Amino acid sequence: MRLECPICGSRDRREFYYQGDAVMLARPAEDAGADAWDSYLHLRDNPAGETRDLWQHEAGCGAWLVVTRNTVTHAVSRVALAADVKGGKA
Amino acid sequence: MRIKGKGLIDRSAPVTFHFDGRGYEGFEGDTVASALLANDVTLMGRSFKYHRPRGVLTAGSEEPNALITVGTGAASDPNVRATMQETYDGLRVRSQNAWPSLDFDVMAVNNLVSPFLGAGFYYKTFMWPRKFWEKLYEPVIRRAAGLGGLSGAHNPDTYERAFAFCDVLVIGAGPAGLMAALTAGRAGADVILADEDALMGGRLNAETYQIDGKPGHVWAADAVAELGGMDNVRLMSRTTVTGAYDQGTFGALERVNHHHGGRGKGAPLECFWRIVAKHSILAAGAIERPIAFQNNDRPGIMTAGAVRAYLNRWGVSPGKALTIFGNNDDAHRTAQDLADAGVRIAAYIDSRAEVKIAGDFPIYRGAQVFNTGGGKELESISIRTISGTEKIQTDCLAMSGGWNPTVHLTCHMNGRPTWRPDIQAFVPSEGSIPGMVAAGACNGTFSTHGCLAEGAAVAGKVLDMLGKAVPDVGLPQAEDAPYRMEPLWAVAGKGRAWLDFQNDVSVKDIKQAAVENFRSVEHMKRYTTQGMATDQGKNSNVGALAVLADATGRGIPETGTTTFRPPYSPVSIASMGAGAQGAGFAPQRFTTSHRASVEAGAPMIEAGLWYRPSYFPKAGEKTWRQSCDREVGYVRRAVGVCDVSTLGKSDIQGPDAGKLLDFVYTNTFSTLKIGRVRYGLMLREDGTVMDDGTCARLGDQHFVMTTTTAAAGAVMKHLEFVAQCLHPEWQVAMTSVTEQWAQFAIAGPKARELLNGVLDAAIDNDSWPFMACGDVSVLGVKGRLFRISFSGEHAYEIAIPSRYGDSLFRELVARAEGLGGGAYGMEALNVLRIEKGFITHAEIHGRTTAFDVGMADMISAKKDCIGKVMAARTGLVAADRERLVGMKPVGAVKLLSAGAHIFAKDAEAVRENYQGYVTSVCFSPEIGSYVGLGFVKNGPDRYGEVMRVVDHLRELEVEVEICPPVFFDQEGGRARG
Amino acid sequence: MAELKARTPCGDMLPLTHGAATVTELDLGHVTSVMGFGDDAAVSNALEAAHGVAFPKPNRSTGKDGDRCIWFGLNQALLIGPAPEERLKETAALVDQSDGWCAVSLSGAASADVLARMVPVDLRAGHFKRGHTVRTQLGHMMASITRTGVNSFMILVFRSMASTLVDELGTAMQAVASRRT
Repeated sequence: MRLECPICGSRDRREFYYQGDAVMLARPAEDAGADAWDSYLHLRDNPAGETRDLWQHEAGCGAWLVVTRNTVTHAVSRVALAADVKGGKA
Repeated sequence: MRIKGKGLIDRSAPVTFHFDGRGYEGFEGDTVASALLANDVTLMGRSFKYHRPRGVLTAGSEEPNALITVGTGAASDPNVRATMQETYDGLRVRSQNAWPSLDFDVMAVNNLVSPFLGAGFYYKTFMWPRKFWEKLYEPVIRRAAGLGGLSGAHNPDTYERAFAFCDVLVIGAGPAGLMAALTAGRAGADVILADEDALMGGRLNAETYQIDGKPGHVWAADAVAELGGMDNVRLMSRTTVTGAYDQGTFGALERVNHHHGGRGKGAPLECFWRIVAKHSILAAGAIERPIAFQNNDRPGIMTAGAVRAYLNRWGVSPGKALTIFGNNDDAHRTAQDLADAGVRIAAYIDSRAEVKIAGDFPIYRGAQVFNTGGGKELESISIRTISGTEKIQTDCLAMSGGWNPTVHLTCHMNGRPTWRPDIQAFVPSEGSIPGMVAAGACNGTFSTHGCLAEGAAVAGKVLDMLGKAVPDVGLPQAEDAPYRMEPLWAVAGKGRAWLDFQNDVSVKDIKQAAVENFRSVEHMKRYTTQGMATDQGKNSNVGALAVLADATGRGIPETGTTTFRPPYSPVSIASMGAGAQGAGFAPQRFTTSHRASVEAGAPMIEAGLWYRPSYFPKAGEKTWRQSCDREVGYVRRAVGVCDVSTLGKSDIQGPDAGKLLDFVYTNTFSTLKIGRVRYGLMLREDGTVMDDGTCARLGDQHFVMTTTTAAAGAVMKHLEFVAQCLHPEWQVAMTSVTEQWAQFAIAGPKARELLNGVLDAAIDNDSWPFMACGDVSVLGVKGRLFRISFSGEHAYEIAIPSRYGDSLFRELVARAEGLGGGAYGMEALNVLRIEKGFITHAEIHGRTTAFDVGMADMISAKKDCIGKVMAARTGLVAADRERLVGMKPVGAVKLLSAGAHIFAKDAEAVRENYQGYVTSVCFSPEIGSYVGLGFVKNGPDRYGEVMRVVDHLRELEVEVEICPPVFFDQEGGRARG
Repeated sequence: MAELKARTPCGDMLPLTHGAATVTELDLGHVTSVMGFGDDAAVSNALEAAHGVAFPKPNRSTGKDGDRCIWFGLNQALLIGPAPEERLKETAALVDQSDGWCAVSLSGAASADVLARMVPVDLRAGHFKRGHTVRTQLGHMMASITRTGVNSFMILVFRSMASTLVDELGTAMQAVASRRT
């Protein structure tokens, strides 16, 4: 498996650390309530199809990435910097 | 027998090798199979289940029968195909799965009790009684039904792994692959051409065709020579592409040094390649199908293509009176080549009634072979013609049921092949592997002309996609005979007609599976073992499907195929894990004091990747405890020195550095004064403790955070996660400085005295109070000093650029010894912190909260932080949670053990009565007894209670009194003094 | 008074030669992490003004031996050679890393083949030219690799991993050398 790091280019999967669903970007406010926090921390979709994950290019530039990929075909359709996604730039 | 003037072997280079202890002559270029056949040896193995005598069936990597063990002792390599092992002088190989000998195998009795060993026998026979499994079934099955065995000794061979990259990976160097590689190579593309054979050329080396007026193998050799001269082409022979993976990644096994003895130092036996290709061209060829009929497995019966290969490539006739049985025109080529070479043909049997063939040998049209005779080798065949049956004497039968394209790699990403009725075979479905196109025989194109044309065409397509001009390579002249066949899978008749030779699966077994309702192809496979083991049904799968389809009244495409998964052919675990043996498993991290510690005789223990000294033994000390107690005494009464460089250190700078720290720590750091250090606690978002440590403020926008050794990497990743994923708007820059600084703890009442001996400007309690930090000059070198303590004593940590670490450590230890102290190791460090109730990852092990470790107050109410919301969940702050306590033995037994469970004093030590567990223990020289830390329900409310500690594993039972976790200097005055 | 003696990460483990590849230890002088806070142009201008090297783009380096700046990760470069001028601090965070990294040079005709045993990145000359740099893995070690010449590379790994680096390079060099007979 390979991922196209927006900074470093196409790299082998072994350079990347897998975190989990990209919903981790949307941290609720302190007072958002138990349901919002439960959902943020524990509830995950398990789609047969497109999914968005957080990865870190740990052995490369160190950037956290939002990877859009297909769990059925394994095709990776998009890789963006998490900072850009979070900051509304991507 | 060897045929004069035939073959591509080097007759000027004879070699002697041993098979089952007997010497045989061969030539360079021979495989073990070809050389044994040349010596008239046909019996090469015993079958998996019934121990039936077997010879070679094929001439390639698809060989199911002739599996041998190469080499002796620890270096022996089992299950090597005799058809793939090249011979060399001194090679020693032996047969497998036979005892006491290949010729007389007592387990052949299985063949007589075969009615009990049919389809599903595992499931039917070995169900009960259950206890028979370990004692009887398992060992018996292991012994009776097996392939070659491992030596059981440590593998002494060297293996290698490597990465390669290319625009175009061409898999297979037959006519299609060579033509594709030539086209792509001449266009200047970056090409890798991989072929499992030692000699590139594929079937061109096994046939008598002409290409452009020269023998096919000469054309192939010329093409290989041209490719070898191109800088942009890499030729990888003896390299099997074993798997196709995501995003153009391929696994490939190169057999680097299997083909000769006497490797040089450090030379690898095999190399496992990870090849990354923008595009790939599959030109893997095709595998010939056997035909199922009674006793079709006798040594001497092989595929027609294999017979041609032995004749044309290795100059061997596998018999003296050959018979050929086929359902297609290709079988006729075998007869023609043999006849041309002067080999006697006893009969040519074609199942097709209407077929135009000619030859100077007896021809039977519309006939079938229905049985064979002989013992350990073939003696005769029985055929059925329209006019009756007939027995023909023969010592070699060449059979051909048609050809199966080698589609395997196209199925590795869950692709399903497409059935082509005209060739009665599966071909690759387009797009099964992104970036891969198939050409030639593996695509169902069987004529040489077709292969060459398709190879050039797909290369052109790939070049287009690469944006490269397609060169005019010209198409060489070659035969373009149509592939004509009529399906024949199994000849009707009694007895066992073999489909899967490697797993001893017969037509009957498949039919039995269908009768017992294992009708799905995947069920049938598992019920009968059809297509399992190292062979994966390369020769037999389609035949078995056809029989199943027939038995269930469905067509072959509706029946479907089983899933081909990587690897295409077996890959040794050693090659995949190459480099990871011994110390290669993980990098070793050594501190700058490593050398000095080893010189002092300290046993080094692993702490993650780091190596740290356990203790520093002195003359006369007999146990580690004596050393440890002495070192604890250094710190409590004089001064001790300990390398703490392995703790993680992060340099954090920027206008928002304080914000970041406030967010990741439970307590507040933005208010920390410059030149001061604060202890901090870090939570995971789910409210459990992630790590603890200190953080020093070196400037207005400059902090240095320390983490535990164990969590250094995880904390750095966490900080980056917060900075990039949660608050990218914060202006903060951070980087690890763990490696930049060698850091030593100097602890004990005489710590300052020692320190002032090496500092260029002396310090006192006013200039450097508890929790102060700052720059210092150490023997003329700029360093940093932190007054922090993990022992409860007056202590410092001094940091120096790593290049001076070795020198400063030796200096500090020498000076400490002058003050009645010295170096201390991990054991003493652990005692010192347990006596003070300081936590480590034994306590913050991923399931404990700040509340559990008595630090709930450290979660600031004034700000949000990671983990704050979830840590407040009622379940995580309930009084009856298991909470941190100390404990001391009070009964007759004075020993404690970590991992033991805690129960009420009079309760039975069973799960239902469980109250908590012990996390850390040590013998405390100060207290004069063992002390421990642990977690107990309602912990702090139970101080003074006597409880029962039971270590079920070590069979240890101790009565303890629960107490506060700080055993020594509860007020903390010593650290401040 | 006692004097502190400096030790290099590799010490007497290097130099090492097998076949057509040689590893030697490099003395890089000052090594400084330069990390901006978002204004890349300002950092680059400051670097240029102070040391005559621009802040490098990803996978690239600027300058030459003695005053070199290599890209080192997200918003991070290593200034190699000179002690950083104070005024750089106005635009970037500076962190001394002179002792944090073990630096070696791998040179010789076989060096790209040797690295292909350990590095999952295409480092062949046609794809990875002089001055190109990558952050990647060398075996299991995080590494920085820069091509410094036709057949030479500068390799950086954590200082504490120096002996693993030398061992693993040595193994790969031997394996490559064994094929050249």
